[in-house]
Parts: sequence; C-alpha cells; structure tokens
Amino acid sequence: MYRSSRLLRLAGGTLTAACLCFAAGNVLAADNESGQQLKFAMVTHAQKGDTFWDIERKGGKQAAKNVGAQFIYSNHKAAGKQVTLVENAINQDVDGIAVTLAHPDAMKSVIKKAHEADIPVVGFNSGVAEWHETEANMFIGQDPQIAGKAVGKKLNELDAKHVLCVNHGQGNKALSRRCAGIKKTLDGDYSLVYVNGQSMSSVRSRVIAKLQQDRSIDYVVALGAPYAMTVVRSLPKLGRDVQVGTFDLNQSVAKAIQSGKLQWAVDQQPFLQGYLAIEALYLKATNGNTIGGGKAVLTGPSFVTKDNVDELLKYAKQGTRG
Amino acid sequence: MAITSSNQNAVAVAPAGQRFRKNAANVIKRPEIGSIGGALLVFILFFILAEPFRDPVSWSTILYQSATLGIPAVGVSLLMIGGQFDLSVGVGVTTSSLAAAMFAMQVTGDVWFGIGFALVLSLAIGGLNGFLLVKTGLHSFLVTLSTFLMLQGLNIAITKLVTGNVATGDISILPGFEVARTVFASDFNILGVSVNIVFFYWLLFVALATWVLLRTTIGNWIFAVGGDENSARAVGVPVDKMKIGLYMVVGFFVWFLGMHMLFSYTTVQSGEGVGNELLYIAEAVVGGCLLTGGYGSAVGSAIGAFIFGMTTQGIIYAGWNPQWFMFFVGLMLLLATVFNAWIRRQATQG
Repeated sequence: MYRSSRLLRLAGGTLTAACLCFAAGNVLAADNESGQQLKFAMVTHAQKGDTFWDIERKGGKQAAKNVGAQFIYSNHKAAGKQVTLVENAINQDVDGIAVTLAHPDAMKSVIKKAHEADIPVVGFNSGVAEWHETEANMFIGQDPQIAGKAVGKKLNELDAKHVLCVNHGQGNKALSRRCAGIKKTLDGDYSLVYVNGQSMSSVRSRVIAKLQQDRSIDYVVALGAPYAMTVVRSLPKLGRDVQVGTFDLNQSVAKAIQSGKLQWAVDQQPFLQGYLAIEALYLKATNGNTIGGGKAVLTGPSFVTKDNVDELLKYAKQGTRG
Repeated sequence: MAITSSNQNAVAVAPAGQRFRKNAANVIKRPEIGSIGGALLVFILFFILAEPFRDPVSWSTILYQSATLGIPAVGVSLLMIGGQFDLSVGVGVTTSSLAAAMFAMQVTGDVWFGIGFALVLSLAIGGLNGFLLVKTGLHSFLVTLSTFLMLQGLNIAITKLVTGNVATGDISILPGFEVARTVFASDFNILGVSVNIVFFYWLLFVALATWVLLRTTIGNWIFAVGGDENSARAVGVPVDKMKIGLYMVVGFFVWFLGMHMLFSYTTVQSGEGVGNELLYIAEAVVGGCLLTGGYGSAVGSAIGAFIFGMTTQGIIYAGWNPQWFMFFVGLMLLLATVFNAWIRRQATQG
C-alpha cells in the first residue's frame, strides 16, 4: 500500500507540475494579448520530425510574430486526425485557419464548419487542383504537377536517358503528382520506386536495388532533401555514373550542389508558403483582402543550381530556406 | 523394450542408431527449423523470378538490409524468449542516434563522447522499461507502448529545443568521425562484393546470443523466466533482475544500430524509426519465438530478418509494379510464415 501511494503521489506531483507549466505559458500569452490579440491556426498533414515541415512552421510563426498575432500549430499525417485538429482550431475561436489540403475531400465539411463560424480559411502547400472544391478562401503553394513538368523539361535539356523517381510516401497525392509531371514531359524512359521515408536504411537499400535491377537508369530524382542526400551517399557503392536531382532543399543539399555531388534542387519555398498563409489571413482579418483573385498564388518552382546556390546557402544555414 | 526382444546383433547396433535418431529429432525440433523452410521458399521464388537476384553484387544490398533489420531483432528475440515485449525499439534507435549527434555537436565537440553518452542513455532506457515493468506489474506491451510514445515525443521536442530544427546537423565535420565511421559503418570488399561491416557484427551478435542461450546458466534462466515465472522464482532464478537485464540487452542492440545509422547517414531526422518495432517482433516470431515466451532462438530471428530483407529487395529486383509493393511484402511474409508453421508442425509430429 505504502509503495503504491508513493507512486501515486509522485505521478500526481509530476502532473501538477506539468499543469502549472502549461498554465504559466498561457498566462504569459494572455499578458501581451491585452484582450485584442489576433489568433491564427496552422494545421498541416506533416509527418512528425520532417525538416521540410519545420520550415513551413517557421514561416508561419515569423509572420504571426511580425503582425503581433498568436500562432497555434498542429499537425497529423492522417486525414481524420487532421480534421479533428481543424475542429479544435474552430473551437478555439481563432481569427483564421491555414490548412494543407493533402486530403481535400476529408477537409470539405470542416472548412464549411469554419465558414459557419465566420472563420476565413486559406489552403496552402498541397491541394492546388482541389482547393476550389473545398471552398477555402485562398490558396498558396506550388503546383506539384507544374513543378514535375518543369523537372521533366530540365531533364531533357540535361540529356537524361532513363530517370528514376524515388517516392518516399506511397499514397501521397502531391508526391505522386510530382512524379507524374516528370513522366509527362520527359522524352527518355521513366521508372518509379517507393521507399520508406521513416527508415533511411530502406531508402538506401531499395534505391540501390532498383539501380542494380535496371542498369540503363542514369538519373535519379528524389522528392525530398534528406532522401536525396542518402541516395548521393549510397551511389559510390554502385560503381556506375548516376546523376541526382531533388525536390526541396536543406543545408546539406545546398552544400552537395555546391560541391557538384548533386546537380540541382527544385525549391518550392516552404518558408514563404507558411509565411504568406498567415500573412494572407492577417490581411483578410484586418483589411478584408483576398490574395490571388480567385487563383492560386504560386511559390515555386525555382531551380537551385551550382550558379545560384551560394546566395541561398546562408539562408539555408539559419534554417529558413529549404 | 523392443531392443531386448530382438536378436543379439541388433542389440549391438541399436544404441548408435538410437543416438542418431535422437540427434536428428533434436535438430528437427529446433525453433528455427520452420523459418529455414520459409527462407528457402522466398529464396527459390526470387531466384527464379528476378534476374538481378542471381547476381552476387545484389547480395551486398540484401545482406545490408537484412543486417540492419536483424541487429535489434537479436535483442528482441532474447526478450521474447524471456516472455516480454518491447515496442520502443524502433524509435529507440532514433533516440540513440539523436542523443549521440546532439551531445557530440553541442556539448563536447567529439564524436566518442556522443557515442558513449548514447550507450549510457540506451541502456538506461532499457533499464527503465524493465524497472517500470517490475515495479508496476503491468503487461510489458503497455509499459513499452508508453515509453514508445514518450520517446517519439521526446525525439522531436528535444531535437527542436537543442538544434532549433527537427533534424540534427551534419556530424561528419567533427573530429573522430572517420574512425567512428570505420568502426560502425565501413564497407569491405569480399570477392568483388562490397559488404557492410554491420553484416559481420550481426553474425557475431547472433552467435553470442545463441551461445548465451544454449550454453550458459543465464540462458537457462531466460527460458525459465519466459516459460513459467513463478516456478522460475521458486527455484531461485532472480526473475526481476533478469527482466531488467534483458531490456538493457535490447538497449545495447538499439544503441548499436543507432550508431550505424548515424555514421552512415551523418544526420538524423527526429521522426524516423516509427513502425520498425513491429518488423523486429515479426522477425523474431517468423524465426520461431513464441509470443507467449519460453521458446525460440536468436538464429531464428536472423533467418526472420533475412526473409524480410530478401522479400523487400527481391520485389524490386523482380521489377514488380511498385504500386503493389507493400501488398507483396505482406503476402510474401504471410506465405513464408504459413509455410514455416507447416514445416514446424511436420517436424514436431515426426
């Protein structure tokens, strides 16, 4: 009995301490709020711990800071959970919601709910083809298919004979559209391989296996910066000359482009997406503006190559480009 | 009794024949016998269907994939024989590499201190799992599910707190990196095939675990604890210490794979590793470990990992439609496991 009650007390103590911490945080937030502070929510379909999404979040946070608004961030990769998170934001009575539309159908009803509560919604990052149907007010992002097509054309210029698209999220619409875009404009042969984005050893093994299976592949395109780096590092094992390009950017990718190990990266400017999404909500709330005139506002694609990488690198180092 | 009723000559030869039969029966009743059948099935299938599968160069990739899946599975199989589960292994690997990378980069500036810190941390997490299990009396599934979720949160939150990002910086700039990479992640060239060093560590770990299980008192205790805890306690086995110890052994393997991941990929994303715990458990089960404990082998876990490695790579070598990838992986595992169970039944009946 004694032992169990001690355990209980310990658990109770920890819980109280945790509650106190949260309460203190809220008090601080309320302090500089002076009753009038605007509140914006950002809800994404990010996988936990993904570098790209961290940059999106930083963009949103910076925009909120600049306009003196409160910033509430939440994420879940599953559609159902993401819907619940948007509902939470509505219940918190925010002044605007920025939501990624990776699962546009699932978001329809909850966006309607937001409108009923008089909360404007901006779609961002994914869902460029479907955002109109969801009745979001605005959209900010990159069109993955347009970006993919641009990559396909670039690969034609670079004289790629057989391109392998490495998809790290089987079933993700935006990722498969990038590959589909490449396939559409590419003159040479095209192949696809799926890897497990949460296990680097699987990325390495499966890409190398595909390159061993088809020896005519001479160009690999990764759909995310960390995966591109793993591909670059595994290539010496292969003993064959294969070039690599990638979607999205981080510091290592920028350095690899500088040293010539990676040929190029497609930048969709995630910081800008997060930033503009919150900025658009702020302008909507304070000035009634709607950005884009009923059309999506595009943040990419732009190509990062050896020629322009130096300038980018300093921003990549502070973690705001990528 | 049949021996005494037969003639004189038969009496002379019977013991030898009997011994042979007894040995054969022992071999056939080994836990891993079924999984060997499953492995053969997968091997033959892809050998016929996938042309690159026959190329020795491809085996460097297959063995690499199997080894990275198999190293934690060695610990998991010991733990399962001892009657316990561990769901925190997958993210535990990421915790270990994150801890090493951040401690080395932010605190000491030398990779070896990071490696040491991660080892202590991984052993401590294992110890904590065991300690909580013993103290709360909860099922290990629940205890380790809790630590799994907590580690998943800590991995991301602490990385963000320390580095400001959700991935660690590039560790290859630190002193000591090259030596550490040689120890944990170098490649060997054997008969024209490049084989990663983790493969040899894997073999070593499997051999060590097998020796402990079959030849030492501790091995007997592991079987005893997993078979019947109360009778084990009654004959004087230190059951609680054994459980905590087993979790710490798992912690060691988790640390080892974590170091390999860190030194071959140089940065770690904090969200990695989720889902792998189920693969490690599946490998141990395919390799003959009972979910209820008290029966199984380390060699079996290795064969389980090998089945999984051959399957995931073989599907790509066969050039099957990539959309169906996960379906094929599941189907192959199911086939291998059913075949494995069938062989085991035949063996134990015969």
